[in-house]
Amino acid sequence: MAPRNTASVSSRKTGSKGIEDFAPGAIVEFDRDDELKAYREMLLIRRFEEKAGQLYGMGFIGGFCHLYIGQEAVVVGMQLALKEGDQVITGYRDHGHMLACGMSARGVMAELTGRRGGLSKGKGGSMHMFSKEKHFYGGHGIVGAQVSLGTGLAFANRYRGNDNVSLAYFGDGAANQGQVYESFNMAALWKLPVIYIIENNRYAMGTSVARASAGVDFSKRGSAIGIPGFQVDGMDVRAVKAAGEAAVAHCREGKGPIILEMQTYRYRGHSMSDPAKYRSKDEVQKMRSEHDPIEQVKARLLEKGWASEDELKAIDKDVRDIVADSADFAQADPEPDVSELYTDILL
Amino acid sequence: MPAMTYRDALRQALDDAMTEDKTIVVIGEEVGRYGGAYGVTKDLIKVHGPERLIDTPISEPAIIGTAVGAAMTGLRPVAELMYIDFLGMTMDQLANQAAKIRYMFGGQIGVPMVLRTQGGTGRSAGAQHSQSLEAWIMHTPGLRLAMPATVADAYHLLRQSLTKPDPVVFIEHKALYTRKEEVDLSDDPLPWGKAAVRRQGDDLVIVTYSRQVIYALEAAEALAKKGIEATVIDLRTLNPLDFETIRTHVERVGKAMVVSEGVMTSGVAAELCARISEECFDFLEQPVIRVAGEDIPISVSQELEAGSVPSARIIAEVAERLMA
Ligand SMILES: Cc1ncc(C[n+]2csc(CCOP(=O)(O)OP(=O)(O)O)c2C)c(N)n1
Ligand SMILES: [Mg+2]
Repeated sequence: MAPRNTASVSSRKTGSKGIEDFAPGAIVEFDRDDELKAYREMLLIRRFEEKAGQLYGMGFIGGFCHLYIGQEAVVVGMQLALKEGDQVITGYRDHGHMLACGMSARGVMAELTGRRGGLSKGKGGSMHMFSKEKHFYGGHGIVGAQVSLGTGLAFANRYRGNDNVSLAYFGDGAANQGQVYESFNMAALWKLPVIYIIENNRYAMGTSVARASAGVDFSKRGSAIGIPGFQVDGMDVRAVKAAGEAAVAHCREGKGPIILEMQTYRYRGHSMSDPAKYRSKDEVQKMRSEHDPIEQVKARLLEKGWASEDELKAIDKDVRDIVADSADFAQADPEPDVSELYTDILL
Repeated sequence: MPAMTYRDALRQALDDAMTEDKTIVVIGEEVGRYGGAYGVTKDLIKVHGPERLIDTPISEPAIIGTAVGAAMTGLRPVAELMYIDFLGMTMDQLANQAAKIRYMFGGQIGVPMVLRTQGGTGRSAGAQHSQSLEAWIMHTPGLRLAMPATVADAYHLLRQSLTKPDPVVFIEHKALYTRKEEVDLSDDPLPWGKAAVRRQGDDLVIVTYSRQVIYALEAAEALAKKGIEATVIDLRTLNPLDFETIRTHVERVGKAMVVSEGVMTSGVAAELCARISEECFDFLEQPVIRVAGEDIPISVSQELEAGSVPSARIIAEVAERLMA
């Protein structure tokens, strides 16, 4: 069920997976493997973020910590549509993206606690991590800046003549930054293979979409310059994957950029210091109980008999073990040595 | 006397100024309903209404540009930049528009706005949310620059900024918001542009501003136990710069150091040091010394973060070397 009005559903043709054939809102059923994979990956993010929240409360994590809880289907669904070498870049709400890209839970958690075993050696923190191996380009704290960088990743793919695409994730709030539109125009002009993924979780800090945006259909933000866009039920991992596949095919064929507005929701405050007084508890509760991305997959797995309660519990246990191990590591690992102050600035 | 926080003093200044001057409007991200990312504008929307506490989209160049445009007509906008680290996004509007308009147009018009922002380390906020970029502002003719260290100055400097005919960049320190002092806001403030001598001593002059004033005073107490008496000058505003107060004390004492949280190279401390060396050369017994931020980005690790900027301990150590 869509969290709110998505574009009207039309029938889906078979054959090509390009956007001509893409029916926004149509659900393409997952097979058992995809369901199980999506369940596990989303659960890993959920449990990881819950633990990060706890460690923050205990004082092990300082500074910023923006949790991804509620939005798991977006990044997990998109990863299912990618191939090796496709790149991902995002803002500061990045833990989920990194785990979905396959970066180690230990490395991410230890970076949150600012330890030497963290992915940025304790220098970057929650908002700033990177992995060349996993093609994850960060982890950026200046709202909107990653959109131009993601355009640059696409430029490089194009220049090199490979058929990789880049995914530039940003929020509904970031969508009002000027450089987003400068990037859109260049990407459209040069037909760059970039997917702009707007994670519309309805709020930018304490400001609801309606209070910050004169037009609230973000999928149309590139329409004046001919960039196609779709609204996607970002709480349903199947809808995300289907949209992702269509977008990826469009980009790989050299047809230029595309916009996917993922309609999603963050359950927690903007960051750990936000009591989220700008919305009602009912609103949050309604999303949790009616649209939770993980519960949706779980219900299907059980209903179809693809997994038993015990099997799902075993997955949960496995995921909890990974997270517990990362938390132990992140607390025991030493702080960086002061000699690190002057390293990694310039070569 | 009642105790008040730096945050509440800033809030009080906005509240009082807005009550007196209806041309003042506050514009920025989360300044209204949310009450500011650091709570400085908390509940002001209830007193002054949403027409005067204007929540904006996340669009820094347009926020500052809109404030500059409104100021050209005589409104007095207080534009809030949530972190000084976002200065790069707004720098064109500030440096090329706000700072140049009076001059380019032959003095016919000014830009009476205040850009409120906050900077500095102390909250593990990492490389893109912890910088001290006052040198960028000081390096731009046409901009005023105020950086309060005390609770009383948080109030008075903001009130004074809100009477100036030119653009004032007002930089708060994120680690000072919860600092409490006993203050009587009805006391007469020092005039705008006048430095405060926070401590008198005959052995050494420490020139500084913002949070480093607090550290310099702590260092001075430690030094006093070792028989070294320091004068501590709090500049309060970097533009205007009260060089006469610096000169008076440096010439009297003969030894000086300049302390700044911003990075050392081409920074505020470098400028002050050069000026003291040029203008007070005949009175100096030692070269003037800079104590400033390391020339590195700020880490999220607490240990590395603390090691990136001056502390009371470092100021005292350098002072002792200067005296040896
Ligand atoms: C240039 C810039 N302006 C403002 C901020 C402060 N800030 C950080 S996150 C945020 C809200 C962004 O909301 P959105 O884009 O919707 O992303 P979400 O947090 O919902 O994932 C703001 C205003 C910033 N980091 N950078
Ligand atoms: Mg948002």
